[in-house]
Amino acid sequence: MVDFSELLHSQFLWYALCAGLLVAVVSGPLGCFAVWRRMAYFGDTLAHSALLGVTLGFVLHIMPTLAVGATCCLLAVLLMYLQRRQKLAVDTLLGILSHSMLALGIVTVSLFQIKVDLLSLLLGDLLAVGSHDLVLMSVTAVGILALLYFLWEKLLAFTLHEELASVEGISVERVRMALMLMLALLIAIAMKVVGVLLITALLIIPAAAARKLSRTPEKMALLASLIGCLAVVLGLLASILWNTPAGPSIVLAASLFFLICQLRPLGSK
Amino acid sequence: MTLIGPNGAGKTTLLRLLLDLTKPSSGSIWRLPGLRIGYMPQRLQIDSSMPMSVERFLLLGQPGMDVAQAQKALDRVGAGQLLKASLANLSGGEMQRVLLARAASRKPQLLVLDEPTQGVDVGGQSELYQLIATLRDELGCGVLLVSHDLHLVMAATDRVLCLNQHICCHGHPEQVSKDPAYLELFGDKVAPYTHQHNHQHKLSGDIADAGECIHDHPKKTPSNKK
Repeated sequence: MVDFSELLHSQFLWYALCAGLLVAVVSGPLGCFAVWRRMAYFGDTLAHSALLGVTLGFVLHIMPTLAVGATCCLLAVLLMYLQRRQKLAVDTLLGILSHSMLALGIVTVSLFQIKVDLLSLLLGDLLAVGSHDLVLMSVTAVGILALLYFLWEKLLAFTLHEELASVEGISVERVRMALMLMLALLIAIAMKVVGVLLITALLIIPAAAARKLSRTPEKMALLASLIGCLAVVLGLLASILWNTPAGPSIVLAASLFFLICQLRPLGSK
Repeated sequence: MTLIGPNGAGKTTLLRLLLDLTKPSSGSIWRLPGLRIGYMPQRLQIDSSMPMSVERFLLLGQPGMDVAQAQKALDRVGAGQLLKASLANLSGGEMQRVLLARAASRKPQLLVLDEPTQGVDVGGQSELYQLIATLRDELGCGVLLVSHDLHLVMAATDRVLCLNQHICCHGHPEQVSKDPAYLELFGDKVAPYTHQHNHQHKLSGDIADAGECIHDHPKKTPSNKK
Protein backbone atom coordinates (compact mmCIF):
# COMPACT_ATOMS: atom_id res chain seq x y z
CA MET A 1 0.00 0.00 0.00
CA VAL A 2 1.18 3.52 -0.74
CA ASP A 3 2.20 5.64 2.22
CA PHE A 4 0.21 8.82 1.67
CA SER A 5 1.70 10.91 4.48
CA GLU A 6 5.10 10.41 2.93
CA LEU A 7 3.80 11.24 -0.51
CA LEU A 8 2.34 14.51 0.70
CA HIS A 9 5.84 15.68 1.47
CA SER A 10 7.31 14.70 -1.83
CA GLN A 11 7.97 17.70 -4.01
CA PHE A 12 7.61 16.01 -7.37
CA LEU A 13 4.02 15.15 -6.63
CA TRP A 14 3.07 18.74 -5.87
CA TYR A 15 4.88 19.93 -8.98
CA ALA A 16 3.03 17.35 -11.02
CA LEU A 17 -0.30 18.37 -9.54
CA CYS A 18 0.31 22.08 -10.14
CA ALA A 19 1.43 21.46 -13.72
CA GLY A 20 -1.61 19.29 -14.40
CA LEU A 21 -4.02 21.81 -12.91
CA LEU A 22 -2.48 24.70 -14.85
CA VAL A 23 -2.91 22.91 -18.13
CA ALA A 24 -6.42 21.77 -17.25
CA VAL A 25 -7.55 25.29 -16.36
CA VAL A 26 -6.29 26.72 -19.65
CA SER A 27 -7.49 23.88 -21.82
CA GLY A 28 -11.06 24.30 -20.55
CA PRO A 29 -11.97 27.45 -22.48
CA LEU A 30 -9.59 26.74 -25.37
CA GLY A 31 -11.05 23.24 -25.64
CA CYS A 32 -14.51 24.81 -25.94
CA PHE A 33 -13.35 26.81 -28.95
CA ALA A 34 -11.77 23.68 -30.38
CA VAL A 35 -15.16 21.95 -30.06
CA TRP A 36 -17.26 24.87 -31.30
CA ARG A 37 -15.02 25.57 -34.27
CA ARG A 38 -14.32 21.88 -34.95
CA MET A 39 -10.61 22.31 -34.55
CA ALA A 40 -9.88 19.01 -32.84
CA TYR A 41 -7.74 17.80 -35.68
CA PHE A 42 -5.94 21.11 -35.74
CA GLY A 43 -4.72 20.58 -32.19
CA ASP A 44 -3.62 17.12 -33.12
CA THR A 45 -1.57 18.43 -36.03
CA LEU A 46 0.20 20.96 -33.85
CA ALA A 47 0.94 18.27 -31.30
CA HIS A 48 2.49 16.05 -33.96
CA SER A 49 5.06 18.73 -34.65
CA ALA A 50 6.19 18.65 -31.03
CA LEU A 51 8.78 15.94 -31.67
CA LEU A 52 10.41 18.16 -34.27
CA GLY A 53 10.37 20.95 -31.70
CA VAL A 54 12.11 18.77 -29.15
CA THR A 55 14.90 17.84 -31.56
CA LEU A 56 15.33 21.42 -32.67
CA GLY A 57 15.58 22.45 -29.05
CA PHE A 58 18.22 19.81 -28.49
CA VAL A 59 20.26 20.85 -31.51
CA LEU A 60 20.02 24.56 -30.77
CA HIS A 61 20.35 24.12 -27.00
CA ILE A 62 17.03 25.68 -26.12
CA MET A 63 14.68 24.47 -23.42
CA PRO A 64 12.40 21.83 -24.97
CA THR A 65 9.17 23.56 -23.93
CA LEU A 66 10.30 26.82 -25.56
CA ALA A 67 11.42 25.04 -28.70
CA VAL A 68 8.15 23.15 -28.96
CA GLY A 69 6.20 26.35 -28.39
CA ALA A 70 8.10 28.10 -31.17
CA THR A 71 7.65 25.18 -33.56
CA CYS A 72 3.93 24.96 -32.87
CA CYS A 73 3.47 28.70 -33.37
CA LEU A 74 5.36 28.56 -36.66
CA LEU A 75 3.25 25.65 -37.82
CA ALA A 76 0.07 27.48 -36.83
CA VAL A 77 1.09 30.47 -38.94
CA LEU A 78 2.01 28.19 -41.85
CA LEU A 79 -1.35 26.45 -41.56
CA MET A 80 -3.24 29.73 -41.66
CA TYR A 81 -1.34 30.79 -44.72
CA LEU A 82 -1.93 27.47 -46.50
CA GLN A 83 -5.60 27.44 -45.60
CA ARG A 84 -6.10 30.69 -47.40
CA ARG A 85 -4.13 29.71 -50.49
CA GLN A 86 -5.02 26.07 -50.97
CA LYS A 87 -7.98 24.53 -52.69
CA LEU A 88 -7.65 21.39 -50.59
CA ALA A 89 -10.05 20.67 -47.76
CA VAL A 90 -8.78 21.59 -44.35
CA ASP A 91 -8.68 18.04 -43.03
CA THR A 92 -6.59 16.92 -46.02
CA LEU A 93 -4.19 19.78 -45.41
CA LEU A 94 -3.99 18.96 -41.71
CA GLY A 95 -3.40 15.29 -42.46
CA ILE A 96 -0.53 16.12 -44.78
CA LEU A 97 1.10 18.52 -42.36
CA SER A 98 0.60 16.48 -39.23
CA HIS A 99 2.19 13.32 -40.54
CA SER A 100 4.93 15.12 -42.44
CA MET A 101 5.85 16.88 -39.23
CA LEU A 102 5.88 13.66 -37.25
CA ALA A 103 8.03 11.94 -39.88
CA LEU A 104 10.37 14.91 -40.06
CA GLY A 105 10.68 14.83 -36.29
CA ILE A 106 11.58 11.15 -36.21
CA VAL A 107 14.04 11.49 -39.08
CA THR A 108 15.83 14.42 -37.43
CA VAL A 109 16.00 12.49 -34.18
CA SER A 110 17.91 9.71 -35.92
CA LEU A 111 19.99 12.10 -38.05
CA PHE A 112 21.29 13.99 -35.04
CA GLN A 113 21.46 10.76 -33.05
CA ILE A 114 19.58 12.31 -30.20
CA LYS A 115 18.56 10.11 -27.34
CA VAL A 116 14.93 10.96 -26.84
CA ASP A 117 12.65 9.05 -24.55
CA LEU A 118 9.94 8.59 -27.16
CA LEU A 119 7.48 7.03 -24.76
CA SER A 120 7.57 9.93 -22.32
CA LEU A 121 7.20 12.32 -25.24
CA LEU A 122 4.19 10.50 -26.61
CA LEU A 123 2.47 9.81 -23.31
CA GLY A 124 3.72 12.63 -21.10
CA ASP A 125 6.05 12.63 -18.15
CA LEU A 126 4.10 14.48 -15.52
CA LEU A 127 6.05 13.22 -12.54
CA ALA A 128 9.28 14.59 -14.01
CA VAL A 129 8.10 18.21 -14.05
CA GLY A 130 10.73 20.45 -12.47
CA SER A 131 10.59 23.92 -10.98
CA HIS A 132 11.86 25.53 -14.21
CA ASP A 133 9.13 23.82 -16.16
CA LEU A 134 6.57 24.97 -13.66
CA VAL A 135 7.61 28.61 -13.88
CA LEU A 136 7.50 28.55 -17.65
CA MET A 137 4.12 26.83 -17.62
CA SER A 138 2.66 29.32 -15.14
CA VAL A 139 3.79 32.30 -17.18
CA THR A 140 2.37 30.81 -20.38
CA ALA A 141 -0.89 29.82 -18.72
CA VAL A 142 -1.43 33.25 -17.19
CA GLY A 143 -0.65 34.85 -20.55
CA ILE A 144 -3.16 32.69 -22.38
CA LEU A 145 -5.85 33.26 -19.75
CA ALA A 146 -5.36 37.02 -19.87
CA LEU A 147 -5.59 37.04 -23.65
CA LEU A 148 -8.71 34.87 -23.50
CA TYR A 149 -10.29 37.26 -21.04
CA PHE A 150 -9.65 40.32 -23.18
CA LEU A 151 -10.67 38.71 -26.46
CA TRP A 152 -13.59 36.66 -25.10
CA GLU A 153 -16.46 38.58 -26.73
CA LYS A 154 -14.59 38.91 -29.99
CA LEU A 155 -13.73 35.22 -30.02
CA LEU A 156 -17.38 34.32 -29.49
CA ALA A 157 -18.60 36.66 -32.22
CA PHE A 158 -15.93 35.32 -34.55
CA THR A 159 -16.94 31.74 -33.79
CA LEU A 160 -20.62 32.44 -34.44
CA HIS A 161 -20.24 34.09 -37.82
CA GLU A 162 -16.96 35.37 -39.19
CA GLU A 163 -18.43 37.71 -41.77
CA LEU A 164 -20.94 39.22 -39.39
CA ALA A 165 -18.12 39.81 -36.92
CA SER A 166 -16.02 41.39 -39.66
CA VAL A 167 -18.79 43.74 -40.77
CA GLU A 168 -19.35 44.75 -37.16
CA GLY A 169 -15.76 45.88 -36.91
CA ILE A 170 -13.81 42.96 -35.48
CA SER A 171 -10.47 42.31 -37.15
CA VAL A 172 -11.18 38.68 -37.86
CA GLU A 173 -7.71 37.72 -39.03
CA ARG A 174 -6.11 38.96 -35.84
CA VAL A 175 -8.59 37.09 -33.66
CA ARG A 176 -8.05 33.93 -35.68
CA MET A 177 -4.30 34.27 -35.31
CA ALA A 178 -4.60 34.85 -31.57
CA LEU A 179 -6.70 31.71 -31.16
CA MET A 180 -4.25 29.60 -33.16
CA LEU A 181 -1.25 30.89 -31.22
CA MET A 182 -2.96 30.31 -27.88
CA LEU A 183 -3.63 26.74 -28.93
CA ALA A 184 -0.04 26.30 -30.06
CA LEU A 185 1.29 27.57 -26.71
CA LEU A 186 -1.12 25.40 -24.75
CA ILE A 187 0.09 22.36 -26.63
CA ALA A 188 3.68 23.22 -25.82
CA ILE A 189 2.97 23.27 -22.09
CA ALA A 190 0.54 20.35 -22.16
CA MET A 191 3.08 18.05 -23.79
CA LYS A 192 4.78 17.39 -20.48
CA VAL A 193 1.46 16.54 -18.84
CA VAL A 194 -0.30 14.14 -21.17
CA GLY A 195 2.13 13.74 -24.06
CA VAL A 196 1.79 14.37 -27.76
CA LEU A 197 -0.70 11.57 -28.41
CA LEU A 198 -3.21 12.60 -25.81
CA ILE A 199 -3.20 16.41 -25.91
CA THR A 200 -6.28 16.56 -28.08
CA ALA A 201 -8.10 14.40 -25.57
CA LEU A 202 -7.40 16.83 -22.76
CA LEU A 203 -8.61 19.64 -25.00
CA ILE A 204 -11.78 18.05 -26.28
CA ILE A 205 -13.11 15.69 -23.63
CA PRO A 206 -13.68 18.13 -20.73
CA ALA A 207 -15.31 20.64 -23.10
CA ALA A 208 -17.54 17.96 -24.59
CA ALA A 209 -18.48 16.75 -21.11
CA ALA A 210 -19.35 20.29 -20.04
CA ARG A 211 -21.67 20.85 -23.01
CA LYS A 212 -24.56 18.92 -21.51
CA LEU A 213 -24.42 20.86 -18.27
CA SER A 214 -24.22 24.41 -19.58
CA ARG A 215 -26.51 26.98 -21.12
CA THR A 216 -24.00 29.76 -21.72
CA PRO A 217 -20.57 29.71 -23.34
CA GLU A 218 -18.98 31.09 -20.16
CA LYS A 219 -20.43 28.34 -18.01
CA MET A 220 -19.28 25.72 -20.49
CA ALA A 221 -15.73 27.08 -20.40
CA LEU A 222 -15.62 27.18 -16.60
CA LEU A 223 -17.11 23.72 -16.26
CA ALA A 224 -14.65 22.35 -18.78
CA SER A 225 -11.80 23.75 -16.69
CA LEU A 226 -13.31 22.26 -13.55
CA ILE A 227 -13.80 18.84 -15.12
CA GLY A 228 -10.24 18.97 -16.44
CA CYS A 229 -8.93 19.75 -12.95
CA LEU A 230 -10.92 16.92 -11.38
CA ALA A 231 -9.59 14.58 -14.05
CA VAL A 232 -6.02 15.65 -13.25
CA VAL A 233 -6.51 14.99 -9.53
CA LEU A 234 -8.20 11.66 -10.07
CA GLY A 235 -5.72 10.57 -12.74
CA LEU A 236 -2.76 11.45 -10.60
CA LEU A 237 -4.27 9.62 -7.65
CA ALA A 238 -4.87 6.55 -9.76
CA SER A 239 -1.37 6.68 -11.12
CA ILE A 240 0.02 6.64 -7.56
CA LEU A 241 -2.34 3.97 -6.29
CA TRP A 242 -1.93 1.55 -9.15
CA ASN A 243 1.34 2.75 -10.59
CA THR A 244 -0.20 3.56 -13.98
CA PRO A 245 1.26 6.20 -16.33
CA ALA A 246 -0.05 9.63 -15.26
CA GLY A 247 -1.01 11.12 -18.64
CA PRO A 248 -3.23 8.28 -19.85
CA SER A 249 -4.77 7.99 -16.37
CA ILE A 250 -5.80 11.64 -16.51
CA VAL A 251 -7.33 11.20 -19.95
CA LEU A 252 -9.21 8.12 -18.76
CA ALA A 253 -10.56 10.04 -15.78
CA ALA A 254 -11.76 12.78 -18.15
CA SER A 255 -13.46 10.18 -20.33
CA LEU A 256 -15.19 8.84 -17.25
CA PHE A 257 -16.57 12.31 -16.54
CA PHE A 258 -17.74 12.57 -20.12
CA LEU A 259 -19.62 9.28 -19.79
CA ILE A 260 -21.23 10.36 -16.53
CA CYS A 261 -22.34 13.63 -18.10
CA GLN A 262 -23.96 11.72 -20.95
CA LEU A 263 -26.27 10.09 -18.44
CA ARG A 264 -28.17 13.34 -18.05
CA PRO A 265 -31.34 13.26 -20.12
CA LEU A 266 -31.23 14.98 -23.49
CA GLY A 267 -33.98 17.46 -22.70
CA SER A 268 -31.90 19.61 -20.40
CA LYS A 269 -29.45 21.81 -22.16
CA MET B 1 -32.26 49.50 -53.24
CA THR B 2 -32.54 45.90 -54.32
CA LEU B 3 -30.04 43.75 -56.15
CA ILE B 4 -31.55 41.08 -58.35
CA GLY B 5 -30.17 38.77 -60.99
CA PRO B 6 -29.77 35.09 -61.81
CA ASN B 7 -27.46 32.74 -59.94
CA GLY B 8 -23.84 33.60 -60.48
CA ALA B 9 -24.70 37.13 -61.52
CA GLY B 10 -22.37 38.64 -58.96
CA LYS B 11 -24.92 39.88 -56.44
CA THR B 12 -23.20 38.42 -53.43
CA THR B 13 -19.79 39.42 -54.78
CA LEU B 14 -20.93 43.01 -55.08
CA LEU B 15 -22.31 42.86 -51.56
CA ARG B 16 -19.09 41.40 -50.19
CA LEU B 17 -17.12 44.14 -51.91
CA LEU B 18 -19.30 46.80 -50.39
CA LEU B 19 -18.93 45.26 -46.96
CA ASP B 20 -15.16 45.06 -47.32
CA LEU B 21 -15.20 41.26 -47.04
CA THR B 22 -13.54 40.88 -50.44
CA LYS B 23 -10.93 43.20 -51.87
CA PRO B 24 -11.66 44.51 -55.36
CA SER B 25 -9.23 43.34 -58.04
CA SER B 26 -9.54 46.72 -59.70
CA GLY B 27 -11.36 49.96 -59.10
CA SER B 28 -12.06 51.59 -55.82
CA ILE B 29 -14.90 51.88 -53.36
CA TRP B 30 -15.79 55.01 -51.49
CA ARG B 31 -17.41 54.59 -48.11
CA LEU B 32 -18.69 57.20 -45.75
CA PRO B 33 -16.23 57.14 -42.86
CA GLY B 34 -17.87 55.77 -39.72
CA LEU B 35 -20.92 54.45 -41.54
CA ARG B 36 -22.92 52.21 -39.22
CA ILE B 37 -23.89 49.10 -41.12
CA GLY B 38 -26.37 46.52 -39.92
CA TYR B 39 -25.64 43.30 -41.75
CA MET B 40 -27.93 40.32 -41.96
CA PRO B 41 -26.04 37.36 -43.39
CA GLN B 42 -27.69 34.81 -45.63
CA ARG B 43 -27.71 32.25 -42.88
CA LEU B 44 -26.12 31.57 -39.57
CA GLN B 45 -25.22 28.00 -38.88
CA ILE B 46 -24.39 27.52 -35.28
CA ASP B 47 -22.71 24.36 -34.13
CA SER B 48 -25.03 22.66 -31.68
CA SER B 49 -22.06 22.19 -29.39
CA MET B 50 -22.17 25.89 -28.61
CA PRO B 51 -24.62 26.85 -25.89
CA MET B 52 -25.86 30.30 -26.83
CA SER B 53 -29.22 31.87 -26.11
CA VAL B 54 -30.86 34.40 -28.40
CA GLU B 55 -30.50 36.94 -25.61
CA ARG B 56 -26.75 36.41 -25.38
CA PHE B 57 -26.42 36.58 -29.15
CA LEU B 58 -28.20 39.92 -29.31
CA LEU B 59 -26.00 41.36 -26.56
CA LEU B 60 -22.75 39.90 -27.90
CA GLY B 61 -20.26 42.55 -28.87
CA GLN B 62 -22.77 45.36 -28.43
CA PRO B 63 -21.71 47.24 -25.32
CA GLY B 64 -24.65 49.69 -25.41
CA MET B 65 -27.32 46.98 -25.29
CA ASP B 66 -29.15 45.69 -22.25
CA VAL B 67 -31.68 42.91 -21.87
CA ALA B 68 -34.67 45.24 -22.13
CA GLN B 69 -33.39 46.60 -25.43
CA ALA B 70 -32.76 43.09 -26.71
CA GLN B 71 -36.36 42.20 -25.83
CA LYS B 72 -37.58 45.32 -27.62
CA ALA B 73 -35.53 44.49 -30.71
CA LEU B 74 -37.06 41.01 -30.77
CA ASP B 75 -40.58 42.33 -30.19
CA ARG B 76 -40.18 44.63 -33.15
CA VAL B 77 -39.53 41.72 -35.49
CA GLY B 78 -42.33 39.71 -33.91
CA ALA B 79 -40.09 37.21 -32.19
CA GLY B 80 -40.39 38.42 -28.60
CA GLN B 81 -40.97 34.97 -27.19
CA LEU B 82 -37.56 33.78 -28.40
CA LEU B 83 -35.41 35.75 -25.95
CA LYS B 84 -34.48 32.77 -23.80
CA ALA B 85 -34.49 30.21 -26.61
CA SER B 86 -31.33 28.43 -27.64
CA LEU B 87 -29.89 29.79 -30.85
CA ALA B 88 -29.16 26.30 -32.17
CA ASN B 89 -32.81 25.24 -31.89
CA LEU B 90 -34.38 28.01 -33.95
CA SER B 91 -36.25 27.25 -37.15
CA GLY B 92 -35.17 28.91 -40.39
CA GLY B 93 -37.75 31.66 -40.16
CA GLU B 94 -37.10 32.34 -36.50
CA MET B 95 -33.38 32.58 -37.14
CA GLN B 96 -33.93 35.11 -39.94
CA ARG B 97 -35.99 37.26 -37.59
CA VAL B 98 -33.38 37.09 -34.87
CA LEU B 99 -30.67 38.05 -37.36
CA LEU B 100 -32.80 40.95 -38.54
CA ALA B 101 -33.37 42.02 -34.95
CA ARG B 102 -29.64 42.06 -34.34
CA ALA B 103 -28.90 44.01 -37.51
CA ALA B 104 -31.61 46.57 -36.69
CA SER B 105 -30.60 46.89 -33.05
CA ARG B 106 -27.32 48.44 -34.07
CA LYS B 107 -29.28 51.51 -35.21
CA PRO B 108 -27.69 51.26 -38.64
CA GLN B 109 -27.54 53.96 -41.23
CA LEU B 110 -27.41 51.27 -43.86
CA LEU B 111 -29.11 47.92 -43.51
CA VAL B 112 -27.53 45.24 -45.70
CA LEU B 113 -29.58 42.09 -46.19
CA ASP B 114 -28.38 39.07 -48.14
CA GLU B 115 -31.40 37.06 -49.25
CA PRO B 116 -33.28 37.63 -46.01
CA THR B 117 -36.12 35.25 -46.81
CA GLN B 118 -34.08 32.11 -47.40
CA GLY B 119 -35.83 29.15 -45.86
CA VAL B 120 -38.96 31.14 -45.07
CA ASP B 121 -42.37 30.03 -46.35
CA VAL B 122 -44.31 32.24 -48.77
CA GLY B 123 -46.55 33.78 -46.13
CA GLY B 124 -43.55 34.57 -43.98
CA GLN B 125 -41.72 36.08 -46.91
CA SER B 126 -44.13 38.93 -47.53
CA GLU B 127 -44.39 39.46 -43.78
CA LEU B 128 -40.63 39.75 -43.56
CA TYR B 129 -40.48 42.25 -46.41
CA GLN B 130 -43.17 44.32 -44.78
CA LEU B 131 -41.15 44.23 -41.60
CA ILE B 132 -38.06 45.43 -43.42
CA ALA B 133 -40.04 48.31 -44.89
CA THR B 134 -41.34 49.26 -41.44
CA LEU B 135 -37.87 49.07 -39.98
CA ARG B 136 -36.58 51.32 -42.73
CA ASP B 137 -39.19 53.95 -41.92
CA GLU B 138 -38.53 53.67 -38.19
CA LEU B 139 -34.76 53.79 -38.41
CA GLY B 140 -34.60 56.14 -41.35
CA CYS B 141 -31.84 54.00 -42.83
CA GLY B 142 -30.97 52.95 -46.33
CA VAL B 143 -31.65 49.32 -47.22
CA LEU B 144 -29.55 47.29 -49.60
CA LEU B 145 -31.12 43.96 -50.34
CA VAL B 146 -30.17 40.93 -52.37
CA SER B 147 -33.22 38.95 -53.32
CA HIS B 148 -34.72 36.30 -55.54
CA ASP B 149 -38.30 37.06 -54.59
CA LEU B 150 -38.97 39.28 -57.58
CA HIS B 151 -42.70 39.64 -57.16
CA LEU B 152 -42.38 40.79 -53.56
CA VAL B 153 -39.36 42.98 -54.07
CA MET B 154 -40.70 44.82 -57.06
CA ALA B 155 -43.64 46.07 -55.02
CA ALA B 156 -41.72 47.50 -52.11
CA THR B 157 -38.38 48.81 -53.32
CA ASP B 158 -37.42 52.25 -54.56
CA ARG B 159 -34.60 51.26 -56.87
CA VAL B 160 -33.69 48.00 -58.48
CA LEU B 161 -30.31 47.03 -59.82
CA CYS B 162 -30.40 43.99 -62.05
CA LEU B 163 -27.07 42.24 -62.37
CA ASN B 164 -25.85 39.56 -64.70
CA GLN B 165 -22.07 39.89 -64.58
CA HIS B 166 -22.66 43.47 -65.63
CA ILE B 167 -25.45 45.88 -64.77
CA CYS B 168 -28.35 44.80 -66.96
CA CYS B 169 -30.60 47.61 -66.00
CA HIS B 170 -31.43 49.73 -63.04
CA GLY B 171 -33.92 52.25 -61.87
CA HIS B 172 -37.42 52.36 -60.46
CA PRO B 173 -39.07 48.92 -60.25
CA GLU B 174 -41.77 49.82 -62.75
CA GLN B 175 -39.23 51.06 -65.20
CA VAL B 176 -37.02 48.03 -64.68
CA SER B 177 -39.82 45.53 -65.03
CA LYS B 178 -40.51 46.91 -68.48
CA ASP B 179 -36.87 47.00 -69.43
CA PRO B 180 -36.15 44.55 -72.24
CA ALA B 181 -33.04 43.35 -70.44
CA TYR B 182 -35.06 42.50 -67.38
CA LEU B 183 -37.75 40.80 -69.44
CA GLU B 184 -35.13 38.74 -71.16
CA LEU B 185 -33.72 37.71 -67.84
CA PHE B 186 -36.87 36.90 -66.01
CA GLY B 187 -39.73 37.04 -68.51
CA ASP B 188 -42.93 38.90 -67.70
CA LYS B 189 -43.76 36.26 -65.17
CA VAL B 190 -40.98 34.65 -63.25
CA ALA B 191 -40.03 32.28 -66.02
CA PRO B 192 -37.08 29.93 -66.12
CA TYR B 193 -33.95 31.82 -66.85
CA THR B 194 -33.13 32.38 -70.45
CA HIS B 195 -30.71 35.09 -71.26
CA GLN B 196 -30.22 35.99 -74.85
CA HIS B 197 -28.00 38.78 -75.86
CA ASN B 198 -27.21 40.01 -79.27
CA HIS B 199 -23.82 40.92 -77.94
CA GLN B 200 -20.96 38.93 -76.50
CA HIS B 201 -19.59 39.08 -73.01
CA LYS B 202 -15.94 38.85 -72.27
CA LEU B 203 -15.08 36.53 -69.43
CA SER B 204 -14.81 39.54 -67.18
CA GLY B 205 -18.44 40.34 -67.83
CA ASP B 206 -17.69 43.44 -69.82
CA ILE B 207 -19.41 43.79 -73.12
CA ALA B 208 -17.04 42.74 -75.86
CA ASP B 209 -18.58 44.71 -78.65
CA ALA B 210 -21.24 47.14 -77.60
CA GLY B 211 -22.30 47.68 -81.21
CA GLU B 212 -26.03 47.43 -81.53
CA CYS B 213 -27.60 46.16 -78.37
CA ILE B 214 -31.27 45.62 -78.13
CA HIS B 215 -31.10 47.05 -74.68
CA ASP B 216 -29.30 49.95 -73.26
CA HIS B 217 -26.20 48.98 -71.34
CA PRO B 218 -24.45 51.41 -69.11
CA LYS B 219 -20.92 50.96 -70.36
CA LYS B 220 -19.20 50.68 -67.03
CA THR B 221 -18.55 48.15 -64.37
CA PRO B 222 -20.85 48.20 -61.36
CA SER B 223 -20.73 51.55 -59.66
CA ASN B 224 -20.19 51.51 -55.97
CA LYS B 225 -22.06 54.49 -54.76
CA LYS B 226 -24.05 52.75 -52.12
